Amino acid sequence: MTSSLDVEKDTPAMKDPVDVLIIGAGASGAAVAWSLAETKMRIVCLEQGDWTKPSDFPSTGRDWEARTLEDYAISPNRRGLPSDYPVNDDASPIKIANYNGVGGGTVFYAAHFPRLHPSDFRVRSLDGVADDWPVDYHTLEPFYELNDRMMGVSSLAGDPAYPEKKAMMPPIPMGRTGEKFGRAMNQLGWHWWPSDAAILTQEYDGRAACINLGQCGSGCAQGAKGATDVTYWQEALRSRVELRTQCRVSRIETNEAGMATGVFYFDADNNEVFQPAEIVIMACNGIGTPRILLNSASERFPNGLANSSGLVGKNLMLHPYAQMRGHFDETMDGYRGAPICTWSMEFYETDPSRAFLRGYSYQFSRGIGPVRTAITGMDDGLVPWGDGHHAAFRRLFDHSAGMVSICEDLPEEINGVTLDPQRCDSNGIPAAKIDYRLSDNTRRMLDHSVARGIEILKAAGAHTITTKAPLPYAGWHLMGTARMGTDPRRSVVNEWGRSHDVKNLFIVDGSIFVTSGGVNPTSTIQALALYIADQIKSRIYELFD
Amino acid sequence: MKKSKDKSSAELSPSERKTLRCVVGHMIPLSQEFGVPGADNPEIFADILQSIDRDRDAVGEALRVIDALAQGRLIDLPRPEQARCLLDFRNGYRTLASVIESAAARCYYRDERVMASINMEARPPFPKGYAVEQGDWSLLDPVRARGRIFRDAN
Repeated sequence: MTSSLDVEKDTPAMKDPVDVLIIGAGASGAAVAWSLAETKMRIVCLEQGDWTKPSDFPSTGRDWEARTLEDYAISPNRRGLPSDYPVNDDASPIKIANYNGVGGGTVFYAAHFPRLHPSDFRVRSLDGVADDWPVDYHTLEPFYELNDRMMGVSSLAGDPAYPEKKAMMPPIPMGRTGEKFGRAMNQLGWHWWPSDAAILTQEYDGRAACINLGQCGSGCAQGAKGATDVTYWQEALRSRVELRTQCRVSRIETNEAGMATGVFYFDADNNEVFQPAEIVIMACNGIGTPRILLNSASERFPNGLANSSGLVGKNLMLHPYAQMRGHFDETMDGYRGAPICTWSMEFYETDPSRAFLRGYSYQFSRGIGPVRTAITGMDDGLVPWGDGHHAAFRRLFDHSAGMVSICEDLPEEINGVTLDPQRCDSNGIPAAKIDYRLSDNTRRMLDHSVARGIEILKAAGAHTITTKAPLPYAGWHLMGTARMGTDPRRSVVNEWGRSHDVKNLFIVDGSIFVTSGGVNPTSTIQALALYIADQIKSRIYELFD
Repeated sequence: MKKSKDKSSAELSPSERKTLRCVVGHMIPLSQEFGVPGADNPEIFADILQSIDRDRDAVGEALRVIDALAQGRLIDLPRPEQARCLLDFRNGYRTLASVIESAAARCYYRDERVMASINMEARPPFPKGYAVEQGDWSLLDPVRARGRIFRDAN
């Protein structure tokens, strides 16, 4: 027999309807919330994590390096915090990295902020691979600029690898690392340039300038890094967008007309709640979004929501990285300063003389702290156990620098996200399972980048060079699992982010990327989110037609 | 939301602690030359024990492997034989060895005595920060002179 108390407990609470419901408060969720706030619609964002306090970030404590491998680890499986959901990445050589909280991945990212290149949007037309995007660089350009202003981007104008871009403030310091690699690149005749970085080099919009903490990857205690909790969200909240934290969405509900009616979520006390909404916008990244769509399967949508194409969760792209590091006789920047200082686009565009299509960028990176020097030194066999440990450590510490290549990952349907049949999160929601493998094209690209990287290191005077390809713990960039396009049979959302199947469902995160390019995606994710928000505003009277 | 990770809250047994202390002492020994303690120093080892929560299961497995390689208990072997046994462990069980290496390094390289010996101030990065040289921006002149390298896609 069911008691009335049980009925109350089992029936989800119903919230007042809202106009717009955004799932996820990271890079794209924040941008779309801010942009739509001017409409005065009632907007609610649900975020499974919580706010972070700058005073809690590792760089405020003596254990700053250790915590980046513990409660601030990049792997959600390693962190295992209440806000995290497990990701089964056993069947992938590249392990998934993310952060769940207000700001999302921008809390942890290095704030290296390149844009995609014009050619990235036309890969089929130019190189005969994958598909062209339904938007182009020119269309996104004003949104890239707007996003740069909102996030606070430092850069140096005039990079010959890009169409003209405005510079808002001076670039981050080149340091000994940038200078040493710059000289080497000049010697080789190869392109390099100071990185665009969402890191303030001067006071801006009430935020303080960077003081070279070197800990961009585990939260910026100074607030100089453009994470959306200190940029977009401050503005959006002032515009009365409501942000509910510790609220994990389990599924999206639909009605007989095939429209989304709202979402079910678990609140901080583990109560299930239904939030009705006129418009649902997903901003949960390339794994979180397909996970919710697949978990939203119903009699009406048996293969998952918005999945008539069968492409939800498919075409996962992760950006395989190769890492090349060397050691120098002189002291380098070490653990001081933004970890990435300069980039190279020398091998970005397709070159028919190479054994692969498309290309990659390099990020030149400074050194590492003592803990990571010891760990990687022992792992690489450069630092022995026993009496030789101390002398070997001192030869490496503060004397290293290097680079990573970010290789363009072409979309393949065999790489993807499904629901794990065994693992669930703390709310009992099925976890995501990753199946991913490197293509032959990618392997050749990685090999090329390793060989050129060694040339650069040698030209810079490095010795004791180490390489890793692919870098295992580098699955930051989660793209392609709900791709955009004009053909409903070959894409999940249309050219302005609306689901082909569910006319009031939008996706604004990296899932909608058609191809990955060979650079970090955050600026493009946010430019797309702003573009889609702009489309929603301009089409508001015909939005569901 | 409830905790999503089922962490093992069990502490290492006294026997496991002895073995682990022996292992980290071999890994990073005391050095008169550099004036630093070993990772088996009481303060540092206590820090390690308090910091292995996420690695508890893997550390336990590693210690069982080590004792198996020792055909008994590692701590019962003479020191040269302990070193040989640990070399076998390090060569044959890289994943498990790296767990202990990481656990030891995370605590050893934040000890004030160790940090002083590598000329690091024993302080967190924030709020003082660090100085980084700007570098010579004129190095970009050859890059500018070469001109545009991106493809037009119009």
